[in-house]
Amino acid sequence: MAGTALRGRLTWLTGTVRDVTQETPTVRTIVLDLTGWPGHEAGQHLDVRLTAEDGYTAERSYSIASAPGEPVAITVQRLDDGEVSPYLTDELRPGDELEVRGPIGGYFVWTGAGAEVGGRPLMLVAGGSGIVPLRAMLRHRERIGSKVPTRLLYSARSLPEVIYRAELDSYGRDGVQVIYTLTRSQPPGWAGYSGRIDARLLAEVSWPAGDDPATFVCGPTPFVEAAANGLVAIGYPATQVKTERFGATGR
Amino acid sequence: MPPGQYVTSDFPVLSAGPTPTASLDSWTFSIRQGSDTLKSWTWPEIKALPAEDVTVDIHCVTRWSKLDTQWQGVSVDTLLAQVDSGAEFVLAFCDGGYTTNMPIEDVTDGRAWLAFGYDGEPLEAEHGGPARLLVPHLYFWKSAKWVRGLELLDEDEPGFWETYGYHMYGDPWREQRYAGD
Repeated sequence: MAGTALRGRLTWLTGTVRDVTQETPTVRTIVLDLTGWPGHEAGQHLDVRLTAEDGYTAERSYSIASAPGEPVAITVQRLDDGEVSPYLTDELRPGDELEVRGPIGGYFVWTGAGAEVGGRPLMLVAGGSGIVPLRAMLRHRERIGSKVPTRLLYSARSLPEVIYRAELDSYGRDGVQVIYTLTRSQPPGWAGYSGRIDARLLAEVSWPAGDDPATFVCGPTPFVEAAANGLVAIGYPATQVKTERFGATGR
Repeated sequence: MPPGQYVTSDFPVLSAGPTPTASLDSWTFSIRQGSDTLKSWTWPEIKALPAEDVTVDIHCVTRWSKLDTQWQGVSVDTLLAQVDSGAEFVLAFCDGGYTTNMPIEDVTDGRAWLAFGYDGEPLEAEHGGPARLLVPHLYFWKSAKWVRGLELLDEDEPGFWETYGYHMYGDPWREQRYAGD
């Protein structure tokens, strides 16, 4: 990926909203029709720019929710005091225009290279809306027909706050295991995990470190700290654990 | 405020991997050139150097800015004064393998510090402790966390994020976020 340093300036593109999907009461996926998009890899992000009538602009970065080759999509969590996200989750309609540029970042990516036969297993750990770039990886895995053994450990506060739930549950084949932990409230009869992610839980559900899994952790900062430190504690080499954090102010 | 930034009162964290834990017993800060280590300090040696209190605004490429942050650290001038070099660029290197590049003039003349205190307390590991660079006039990814030294270079060489498409220089006032900006 060193070659990405050689690319030209990232130019702003005006996309048209093709589709919006309400994922949870506060989370929405926006699919764009975008001409001139240079393509992306699973795990990268893009910048969104909103321009007010008086010319004031606000930009934010969002993880790309779609696999390479699919229409560009972002999944946005509404932040009540946010300057950008409430417009995206509440106001934007199909047919509206939206300015974006990207893709950005080249480290937190899973290309699927070598994932056809005997590739490294994939270990994905998500907290809340940190699922978004990992979902792009899962979709990419499916699209390229990869069979690498894959586990997703997804921490959410409650079942209704699980993003992409139907899609994730449909991955229960083809060697993908999805494990939820619901940290705040659990439905009656919940037999799954309910604790916060720590070394003990990770030791139970993660691939053994000796399997050399490609590992991606994404979520709010305290979550990523706990999950990444937990993985290191159970023997994952720190250099093999790729993380993406976002602060309380969103990103 | 630089263009495109917003003010936060939080102190968000962005790093590419787990937070390293360094033992101060074996910690060193080194200045290297080629295959030579020109100078190396232990933790007590760094703490024995004259420290400065610095109050600055910091600007992250992900668009948050934090105003009037208070740091304590040693000026990079103090460190570089102990070596003899005509280098034009530096590459900061860190625990965890992170690197970032800057012209040497951006880390001299009172523009950069090796910071080990924040808000009157020792710098937390999450924010780069025991010590990080503080180069507040550039985007904050240049203020390398968990820094362990500077490599002196004759020619500019991209560091970690710079290799992944971020700007080689990173001036927030010119909004140099990504390559080509």
